[in-house]
Amino acid sequence: MSKELRFIGKETPRKDARDIVTGKAQYLDDVKLPGMLYGKVKRSPHAHANITRIDGSKAKALTGVRAVLTHNDIPRWEWGLPKHMPVLDNKVRFVGDAVALVAADTPDIAEEALELIDVEYEPLPAVYDVEAAMTIDAPPLYSQYANNTYPNEAPVYEPHLLQHLRLGDVEKGFEEADFIIEDTCGYEIFPNPLPPEPPGVIATWETPGCLTIYTPSQSIAFFRFIGIPFIDMADMRAISTQCGGSYGTKNANLTPVGYAALLAKNTGKPVKVYYTKDEHFHSYSMRLGSRVKAKVGMKKDGTVSAISGLWMVNTGSGSESGPFQIAVGLGEVQLNLRCANWDLAGKLVCTNRSPSGIVRGYGGQELESSILPIIGRAMEKADINPIDFFKKNSVKPGDGYFWREGNWWTYRGVNFNTAIDKGAEAFGWKEKWQGWGKPTAVNGTKRVGVGVGVHSNADVGEDSSEATIKLTPDGRAVLYCCVSEAGLGQRSSLCKMVAEVLDMPLERVDMSPPDTHLNPFEFGLMGSRGTYAVGSAVIAAAEDARQKLLEIAALKLDVTAEQLETKNGKVYIIGRPDKKVPWHRILGLYRTITGKGRFEPDYSLCNFLMSFVEVEVDTETGQVSLTHVVNATDVGQIIAPKVLEGQLHGAFGSAGLDTALFEESVLDEASGRILNGNMVDYKWRTFTDLPEFTNVILETPIPSHRFKAVGVGEIATSPGPSAVLMAVYNAIGTRITSYPVTADKILNALGKR
Amino acid sequence: MSTQEQEKQTIHLTVNGKEYALCIGDTVGAVAPSDTLTHTLRETLGLTGTKIGCDQGSCGSCTVIMNGKPILSCMTLTVECDGAQVTTIEGLEDAATGELHPLQQSFVDNSAFQCGFCTPGILMSAKSLIDEDPHPSVDSIKDALSGHFCRCISHYEVIEAVREATAKEGEHE
Repeated sequence: MSKELRFIGKETPRKDARDIVTGKAQYLDDVKLPGMLYGKVKRSPHAHANITRIDGSKAKALTGVRAVLTHNDIPRWEWGLPKHMPVLDNKVRFVGDAVALVAADTPDIAEEALELIDVEYEPLPAVYDVEAAMTIDAPPLYSQYANNTYPNEAPVYEPHLLQHLRLGDVEKGFEEADFIIEDTCGYEIFPNPLPPEPPGVIATWETPGCLTIYTPSQSIAFFRFIGIPFIDMADMRAISTQCGGSYGTKNANLTPVGYAALLAKNTGKPVKVYYTKDEHFHSYSMRLGSRVKAKVGMKKDGTVSAISGLWMVNTGSGSESGPFQIAVGLGEVQLNLRCANWDLAGKLVCTNRSPSGIVRGYGGQELESSILPIIGRAMEKADINPIDFFKKNSVKPGDGYFWREGNWWTYRGVNFNTAIDKGAEAFGWKEKWQGWGKPTAVNGTKRVGVGVGVHSNADVGEDSSEATIKLTPDGRAVLYCCVSEAGLGQRSSLCKMVAEVLDMPLERVDMSPPDTHLNPFEFGLMGSRGTYAVGSAVIAAAEDARQKLLEIAALKLDVTAEQLETKNGKVYIIGRPDKKVPWHRILGLYRTITGKGRFEPDYSLCNFLMSFVEVEVDTETGQVSLTHVVNATDVGQIIAPKVLEGQLHGAFGSAGLDTALFEESVLDEASGRILNGNMVDYKWRTFTDLPEFTNVILETPIPSHRFKAVGVGEIATSPGPSAVLMAVYNAIGTRITSYPVTADKILNALGKR
Repeated sequence: MSTQEQEKQTIHLTVNGKEYALCIGDTVGAVAPSDTLTHTLRETLGLTGTKIGCDQGSCGSCTVIMNGKPILSCMTLTVECDGAQVTTIEGLEDAATGELHPLQQSFVDNSAFQCGFCTPGILMSAKSLIDEDPHPSVDSIKDALSGHFCRCISHYEVIEAVREATAKEGEHE
């Protein structure tokens, strides 16, 4: 486009900024419905046990208690992928699992009632390790899943799902290799993405056939889509509140919905279930566990000639979307490891840990954090600089890959090597890289090392989006698109796109509330699909509305639509901007114009992020500190500069880079309990612990939509963990192959323990 | 009950300049001895801008200013606040004009938040800091905010926003 952009790429305040800084933004716990009750959940102290007896009668008798439900009292609603997680069962599968539900007039009464429920358990052997789970001689977690292994079946809405990456001939590939590495590496610390706002939901049956839920999910149309089969095919209306952080975790977790919906049905009242932080730590879904046993063949020039192996994925006690996470992970791994011969199989296994769910990085972060350290060993054998390796092996226009639905796609985006070069320059990689296992500097007891990690995702064009736009005669536009605000500024960015297409003031563009009953289908803010997938539908709707407006104006002005332009709510003949006609003169006062737009999935584009990290290892204490980070990406076109910077700074948060440094859920295997499940013992990055951080953001036009942009926010967390592992190795010259690199592990590696 | 006894059973609070007299008890609208200040602000007075993150004094989301100091309102019992002056996020903008406080405006201009859940607490700590020191150094800003959990990682934008709102004349870049 030759025309200069008016809003895209310019700094404009987020539409919800004033509400956020004044405390007016309504998060879930700020919403109260008339007559609302409070739901609480009795939790299991056992990691694996049968419930032999359960009695809620004493709890029911307590004043203010409106319902007590056990597995004997409710229908068997199940959800998950595959469908297997019941709301309540006659057994428990992890410490913190649900045993019974209470609704009461106040949260305190509900809590008190939980204590009055009598439960007897018959403990069963528990298993936490992914490989042990497949071989343990004990009843499986789910009787239908022998060896605790999920069946390889795809959901109805994605009948082909990439679960085994097969390409070329790996035997031939290994024959061609100059170096072969066989190793196992795990990324299985089950960190908690831990949004500041705990999870929760309000459920109310406005009619017996329709459940309305208020949820902080940022993907309510998807929520409704998977929610309807869960609630026995009743209708579901989902309304988003402002989301106090999700990082994927609130996207589609139906567990709290099951509690609230059944309590609401039983009492005939709205019910709020809002987790405490303790429940958030001990009873909510975590990041998947991942362990890769891989064989990698590499040539002297850094060509990867073959990769084979088994990717074991530990879902804990339940899989919210495991098969999809395997599918996306196997898709993503091809984007920066160009290789002609693959035989990498995913295997989904349940254990008695907390269940797993959707988390930023979605399979790819888990796979890459496990496999890149193994690839690094092969790079070291070939004595190749990792920057050169990734420049050689990152996806290039014309390259192909299998995506999650099993189809082969040919990449038609930009070459990311310029971003790699610019990032390396900003970081000073050339000066800092001394070779594999060699420190950048040694300052007394402190050793400095550098590392790099990378991630790409073709989900920028994932799934479908629909949008409509209403133009009103008073010169306003309202965008109807089922998009919530989860912190990404997406609602504001979409309004910018509308304002740009219709060339009108941003303050005259508004957006409908996120409500599945008001808006057409929009898959949700999953991955980085907001800019390209959602944006395309919105742009198309705006263009359609504009065209309809000009066609009506053409009749009035006795010209063709092509001769007309609209700006600031007025229409004029091109070349004669002095003669402007306001929309109301064209439309009259009793008419609106509706434009429609739709986006179909397209996996031929991807995003890219490389993280360069520098660490300093104290060889006396074993302490590792992160001293410098550079993120390098190419987004085609920046939509909202500071919002994008914030998303990329997000590298540390939500179980991202810091999972390599200090974040993990420490499990006591004797009790099955997480030992550091509180905000003091679970470590997080503070304001006093910020390294120097630069984002290098290139804008090479990408053939997506008219603004030439793709999103990148989701993947900010993904390159970090493996980059840190590489940097620590280079600093101390001894390889640590598990996350996080605690002081203990460093001292052990240095022979100081 | 004598007036004196009634007074013993009443908590006087000034919140954002407005005076409240709350009975101690367990009836609707009263303050139970176990009620935290966060609970009173949110549930009794309807000031939901103050957020509860952990409810155990570890995340800073519930920070309000009491008698000039930032406090964790989830770790403060309302019955211990008799006579206190409290400022919450709702009291930060100019009540008369509706104009945002310079800190709020700077957060808007710098998009110094993502999900925004931790923002009210951070703003109250920042306000308290600049009441003591109108031109804080970057290190003092970091120290003042070190108890705030921000998981989206808006730390860099927040520091910049506070710095920009508090820089001395001529110090702006």
